[in-house]
Amino acid sequence: MMKGFVTGLFLGVALVWAGAASADEAGTIRLGAAVSLTGKYSSNGAFTRNGYDLAVKRINEEGGVTVAGKTYKLEVVYYDDESTPARGAQLVERLIQQDGVKYLLGPYSSGLTEAIAPVTEKYGVPMVEANGAAVSLFRKGYRYLFAVLSTTDQYLRGAVELAANVNEDPSKLRVAMAFENDPFSQDVREGVMEDAAKFGMKIVIDDKLPPELNDMSATLSKAKVLKPDLLLVSGHDKGAALVVRQLADQRVDVPMLAITHCDSAQIAEKFGKIAEYTLCAAQWASTLKYSDALFGSAADYATLYEETYGHAAPYQAAESSAAVQVFADAFERAGSLEPDAVRDALAETDIKTFYGPVKFDETGKNMSKPTVLFQVQDGKYVVVYPQAFAEAEVRWPTPSWSAR
Amino acid sequence: MLDNLLLFFQYPPLAIDVILNGLLIGAIFALAAYGMALVWGVLNIVNVVQGELVVLGGYVTFLLVQSGMPPLLGLPVSAVVMFCVGWLIYRAVIFRVVDKDIFISILATFGLSILIQQLANLLFGSEVRTVDAELGSLHLLGGTVTLAWIKILAFGLALVAGAVLWLFLRHARLGQAIRATAQNPRAARILGIDTDRVYAMTYALNAALCGAAGSLAVMAWTIHPYVGLPYTVRSFMVVVVAGVGNVAGVIAAGLGLGALENAAGFIFGVEFQIAFVFALMVAILVWRNARAARKRSHLQ
Amino acid sequence: MSRVNDWHIMAALALFGIAAPFLLPGLVTQLAFLWLMVVFALTWDMLGGRMGYNSFGNIVFFGIGCYAAAVLQRDAGLPYFEGLALGLAVGAVLAVLAAIVFGAALLGIRGHYFAIGTLGLGIAAGEIASGWRYVGAGSGLALPLYPGDLGSREFFFCYSLFALAALCFLTCRWLYGTRFGLALNAIRDDQDKADAMGLRTTRIKIFAWSVSAFFLGISGGLAANMIGFIDPRDVAFAGATFGVWMVLMAILGGKGTLWGPVLGAFVFHVTQELFWTYLLGWQRVALGLLIVVIVVFFPQGIMGWLAERRERRGTAA
Repeated sequence: MMKGFVTGLFLGVALVWAGAASADEAGTIRLGAAVSLTGKYSSNGAFTRNGYDLAVKRINEEGGVTVAGKTYKLEVVYYDDESTPARGAQLVERLIQQDGVKYLLGPYSSGLTEAIAPVTEKYGVPMVEANGAAVSLFRKGYRYLFAVLSTTDQYLRGAVELAANVNEDPSKLRVAMAFENDPFSQDVREGVMEDAAKFGMKIVIDDKLPPELNDMSATLSKAKVLKPDLLLVSGHDKGAALVVRQLADQRVDVPMLAITHCDSAQIAEKFGKIAEYTLCAAQWASTLKYSDALFGSAADYATLYEETYGHAAPYQAAESSAAVQVFADAFERAGSLEPDAVRDALAETDIKTFYGPVKFDETGKNMSKPTVLFQVQDGKYVVVYPQAFAEAEVRWPTPSWSAR
Repeated sequence: MLDNLLLFFQYPPLAIDVILNGLLIGAIFALAAYGMALVWGVLNIVNVVQGELVVLGGYVTFLLVQSGMPPLLGLPVSAVVMFCVGWLIYRAVIFRVVDKDIFISILATFGLSILIQQLANLLFGSEVRTVDAELGSLHLLGGTVTLAWIKILAFGLALVAGAVLWLFLRHARLGQAIRATAQNPRAARILGIDTDRVYAMTYALNAALCGAAGSLAVMAWTIHPYVGLPYTVRSFMVVVVAGVGNVAGVIAAGLGLGALENAAGFIFGVEFQIAFVFALMVAILVWRNARAARKRSHLQ
Repeated sequence: MSRVNDWHIMAALALFGIAAPFLLPGLVTQLAFLWLMVVFALTWDMLGGRMGYNSFGNIVFFGIGCYAAAVLQRDAGLPYFEGLALGLAVGAVLAVLAAIVFGAALLGIRGHYFAIGTLGLGIAAGEIASGWRYVGAGSGLALPLYPGDLGSREFFFCYSLFALAALCFLTCRWLYGTRFGLALNAIRDDQDKADAMGLRTTRIKIFAWSVSAFFLGISGGLAANMIGFIDPRDVAFAGATFGVWMVLMAILGGKGTLWGPVLGAFVFHVTQELFWTYLLGWQRVALGLLIVVIVVFFPQGIMGWLAERRERRGTAA
């Protein structure tokens, strides 16, 4: 009796599970996406999703996508990757096999992209991603992977160059680094190391922040006595908020501070005065002079985003929107919904978007869009580097705390 | 690693800075750990949801400041609100696992913790939140030693809370009932103590202490929905080292842990900070076990 | 009513394991994870259920398996399958060695402090791996690409893990029938008496943990290859997910029983996947609630609950 019950339970469970498949719908193109809605990347995961949704909404409002004379609406099928690569393999199988998705939008975080890319490659499913650009991804010869953003190692290279420009003798510069111990920030570190070596700068602090860290005072105490000329920090939103906060609390004077993720952490809005002078690496800024037919200018995008979601548009959202635009463009040019035709069209992409120009090199990364550095000046994010995009001069050096 | 040690000798005040900052960090851990020691000692429950209670306390302060209240008011309000939340959690779940195996309670509170994490994510958003109490910092020894006033406040509060808790357990009627229940719940019931009420109060008191710790955490650092685990793990460790129901031990262990962790992060590099602390905990357990075994063999 | 015995269920499960990937082609990876969960629950139950030593640190052996495979496949310069085989073997050996060393140190600690010590071990291991350059530190390690045809990768890992789960189950079934199984129960019921009866309790405990570690080490290597990328804290030493699920599944099914962990793994994994699929953004709330309900209302697990019900019916009749 009992054993019979157990067998029944096994079978029942298997049946319920098998029934979980779902059907496709005509007239829509379904894009699959894994985003981090829970777990440590959930805030940036939410920005990613907002960006996808906004672009899909706009494209559908404008009549959708026309492929070989037939119009299609776009739709995104979401799953939550729970901020862990352990979900990667299951996710892709679900999207491709169960939901019949033929095109993927990228997840948030390099780790997850690393886990997914080999599988999409195998299935020949084109993936346009906007939030995971570890350099190593583009060394593996993936043919179906396209990234609209600049690779991760680019983030803080600009800061190193800027420091080399404003100082008289770059080889005398002393650099302090505190990077979170995760694939993203460690990749940022690689780029910095390379450039610092090029200029002959000396690394005086090289800390790897654990993701659980909630206090940076050990690193900052070191910075206090070693007096680096440039402090670089990368640790997603939490790292950005912590370093701005604790530099002020501990009154550590550094002439130049450059970090990542400060617009998504909203440091200017949250910290006010103490966030001044902070340099922020970004893939995009709303003040840049890019525009397209769908969203208008970068500033128009920022306004629309803020109206829709109630907070300023971080670059994570902008690049996600751009990824959807790239797909839409490729569908129309391919004139077919065959994944391979779409893939070839993607490879030929050469468009201008509100997010910047998109043109992929043979490894699939966007080679025509630079990263920018902005600085918090009087409570606003102002682009200061590279020179071609700068709206204002960089304010340097940061005065000491006693003088602020 | 050696470079870092050398720094200590080159700049002696730096050692003071690292240790003092560590002590102040430890104070917030100690505050969160009092409650865990109490709940563990009285209800025989390892409260894995501790860190989430801290985070919730932080959100209470954050919301209060959002609505225009002064940050420091958040401290008592968080404690009171979390007292009620704790009481509710007890009534909803905890009372059902009080007399069960300790392992059951670990899993039940683990379930609660992932539930609260995601609820917090849905309710308050996933952004990193912080509150500036605008207290500034204290500078000593020509600026090498800098201590944020909010952390000094936390330190003072942890000491005061410890003293009050000690007096309360010793002299107050309810405190005595709590101790009696901890020693022998059956006997306490026979003597007319409403042990269920004592349990509820103990758990609520724990939540209130966590609320205060969370309020300080959001003012000293940052919070977000998934940041609870470090607090749970630190409190846990503090209680393991101090022993349950030992108020003075908890404050000592909390401060010691903070100082040690900060120093370890400084010397070995931050990436090994947490590894060092946990390896140390395992070593302490093994060492205590070996000592106990030696004692046993002496007796034979 | 005809008697259904163990053999019938085993035959049915074997049939399910062999046929399911063909019947449910869209769920092959999830099936593979199911078998992984079965291994998790069974190996945890050997200590937690049978011997009364509640470990939160079994994830360490899984992580060692992950890293052993990943590092060997990266450095040994062998073709994929040879590298994988070597990785699995080395992973198993290292896991067993780790079990012997940690066991000698920790298995003398009793009760809650054992649980705490193993928890510390699990966390420390993850942190050390994420600080260690040679194994990729916090950047994690990507595993080599599977060379076979389209779709064969999923089948390969699904069947490998099924075979491992089956082997693990049969080993447990056999061991629990021997004197060794009785010794485990004796340790759980009263270790001092077991000692006094002349059982070499320390040796038995270490052996039991080594058996767990052996299967976990192999499962780690397979899982790492299936997932394709290991992150020290989120995949290899994922104490807050895999590490806790091991315990939950065993308790849900009924700890200390042969079928309990298997049943627990099925019910937990499938429920979790359904939540994940249909409750986007709320799945953890549902999961947390489920866990609370499980441990509050079914602390004896499904098997215990069934046994109780049968007993009651027996006395009523």
